[in-house]
Amino acid sequence: MNAIWVFLIGVSVVFAAANGRLEDFTKSIFDAARSAVEVSLFLLGIVALWMGIAKIIEDSGLIHKLSGVFRPLVCRLFKNIPADHPSIASITLNFLANLFGLGNAATPLGIQAMQDLQSLNKDPEKITAEMMLFIVINTASIQLIPFTVIGILADFGSQNPSWVVFPTFLATVLSAAFAVGALLVCRRILK
Amino acid sequence: MKTIQLLSQLFIPAFIFGAILYGVVKKVRVYDSFVGGAKEGVRVVVRIFPYLLAIFVAIKSFQASGAFDFSRQLLHAWLGSFAIPLEAVSIALIKPLSGSASLGLFTDIVKTTGPDSLASRLSAVIMGSAETTFYVLAVYLGAAGIKKTRYLVPVCLVADAVGIILAVLIVKWFF
Repeated sequence: MNAIWVFLIGVSVVFAAANGRLEDFTKSIFDAARSAVEVSLFLLGIVALWMGIAKIIEDSGLIHKLSGVFRPLVCRLFKNIPADHPSIASITLNFLANLFGLGNAATPLGIQAMQDLQSLNKDPEKITAEMMLFIVINTASIQLIPFTVIGILADFGSQNPSWVVFPTFLATVLSAAFAVGALLVCRRILK
Repeated sequence: MKTIQLLSQLFIPAFIFGAILYGVVKKVRVYDSFVGGAKEGVRVVVRIFPYLLAIFVAIKSFQASGAFDFSRQLLHAWLGSFAIPLEAVSIALIKPLSGSASLGLFTDIVKTTGPDSLASRLSAVIMGSAETTFYVLAVYLGAAGIKKTRYLVPVCLVADAVGIILAVLIVKWFF
């Protein structure tokens, strides 16, 4: 992330100077600060809401039951998670929320999953193989039906807005498979 | 399709109701649990904020400086032989950077080229199959406080590129 950050900002300053857009550059930085606050405020609401529900599930012991149920699904991919660990439930729920296109639920569930996975991490600053797998599957965004996209196509009078469903699903599944494969190859080579 | 929409709508209410009901049955003080958990949630978001700020500054300045337009033109020229509309190239580049910007651009593409054009369909599939990678990375890595990301970021970026190429191939094949 360090290299990418330096690259993006470095390139931006050079381009801004060359294009005579230094004023735009400065303005964009303050814009960015404002939208970071706006997005964080939104996250604050949904993450606190989810963490509240999650605490109920934890205190009642439901989380361990859920983890037990989902274990066979998740443990095929995530081999180093102990049985009925809470991360199994949060990972599965995050995948389900993504699958059903519930972005507002998927983000807090993913944050919870990352924290649960962090509790298994021996070196808290270094990412684990499980976390990488989790993030890669998330960025591939497997979704059954892209409701937002279909909604926009339908709004503008598409003949057949649900045409996009199958190609989208195929593209996400194939790219997720590629991403997981690439990760496993890297793990083997770079160990 | 209707069934999936119904399931999507049912998922959250059923989950919340089930969680509270189970808690009540198990004699948990659910209200106090909820408040305690929510308090923890506030701390998490405060911890994520600096990561989010850093990535937003990088992305917004990249767009405002003209560097984004330049790389878009470059990529489009380079892809010229594959007859991919410039609109689809724009979506492919902007989706990993910003969710709201890509949604705005997508709406604009559908409006200007018509909902059943090749550009709209390509953009639609790319919209649905790509994720706002940098945002996900900032939020999830920030939530766990990870500093050393090993080979994660390159894998994510390559996977993004492959995903977009796949989307283009699939749409061309169907269209």
